[in-house]
Amino acid sequence: MSTQLEQETEIEEEPTESRESVAERLSEKRREQIQEDLDTAEKTIQLKVFRYDPEIEGKMEPRFDSFTVPFHKGMTVLDALIYARDRYDSSLTFRHSCRQAVCGSDALFVNGQQRLGCKTQLGDLEHPIRIEPLPHQDVVKDLVVDMQHFYDQMEAVEPYFDPDELPEGELEEQRQTPENREKVKLSTRCIWCGACMSSCNIAAGDNEYLGPAAINKAYRFAMDEREGTDRKKERLRIVEQEHGVWRCQTQFSCTEVCPKDIPLTEHIQALKRESIKNNLKFW
Amino acid sequence: MAQSYDRGAVESFGRWREFQAGMWAWILHKLTGWILVGYLFTHIAVLSTAVGVDPGAAATEVDTYTQTLQGLEGLLIVRFLEIGLLTVAVFHILNGIRLLFVDLGLGLDVQDASFYASLILTALITLSSLPTFLGGAL
Repeated sequence: MSTQLEQETEIEEEPTESRESVAERLSEKRREQIQEDLDTAEKTIQLKVFRYDPEIEGKMEPRFDSFTVPFHKGMTVLDALIYARDRYDSSLTFRHSCRQAVCGSDALFVNGQQRLGCKTQLGDLEHPIRIEPLPHQDVVKDLVVDMQHFYDQMEAVEPYFDPDELPEGELEEQRQTPENREKVKLSTRCIWCGACMSSCNIAAGDNEYLGPAAINKAYRFAMDEREGTDRKKERLRIVEQEHGVWRCQTQFSCTEVCPKDIPLTEHIQALKRESIKNNLKFW
Repeated sequence: MAQSYDRGAVESFGRWREFQAGMWAWILHKLTGWILVGYLFTHIAVLSTAVGVDPGAAATEVDTYTQTLQGLEGLLIVRFLEIGLLTVAVFHILNGIRLLFVDLGLGLDVQDASFYASLILTALITLSSLPTFLGGAL
């Protein structure tokens, strides 16, 4: 894991003789830099960031660190975290990659709600801003949570396109009707950030529950007409099991927090109706 | 991964200030449901006093059932409990209808508005019932 590498490099550098003086000079220079940044900024914002590191003595107890960061219009929570890491504490750990709400790496618990760090404007939040790792997932370090369970649930619904028949020509397109595309359009937006699963009360209490993201993924394929009826039935069998769609109690928490505005509850409800239709045949 | 930290249920009821409409609807629906189940048992207990009543005694209102009811109705607290019961039942019915629509996939984008509407309607029905329930008691 990259964060561990970072930590190890720091430890390796420790024994060098001039280390202390360099660190002191650096920190003084850094202090000046920060002060300059804060003085020139239109205003400053205080972050309260959850910290935890099981591998470093003295950091094993979870705590909150405060960072004052300069605020500029248009700044996001991720920008503020990056500033805090680059200027204050290089060991501050969080996932991020694309910075444009596509990769789904930086879902965080900001001011009591699951949000994408890169999509959340600092200006829209109440201060001080409290940043925590996603709830209901084990914390690996600082803001990094263990996503394995989430990925396992996603895999459980077989999230890959499995069409009934392939087009004859090798380069021919796998055509879909515009209406059918429209039906699954919103469900394809999922970026696997895990915000929905983290917000779901049922998923918190039932570790086997597939969760909103996985069910949404199942919806995306079950509703795709290019997959045959047999495949659809198989997909429905996965979601209609005990810990599938029927666990959802329509609290709408997932729909509220989804950074891609996917109507998750709607999709879960649609699959509930499909499951009933699949099992009750009077026509 | 050496170790990881389990923060427990941070999304527990300690965060109730941050709950959104859908969550409140769920909590209130559960709560009112349990209250109605509880009421059902007390209701059966009171009704059971009507078993095996002598018709003659009932006609002159000296039977256990009539006296139990009259005794209960004479208590002001019971009048208020009845208002509470009505509130609970009305909310449960209205939110139940809302949930039926949710199950049918209708109006999911206005689920918060429909929750607020069921709250307001419950309040209006409760208020309009006050004269009936408190009539003669105050």
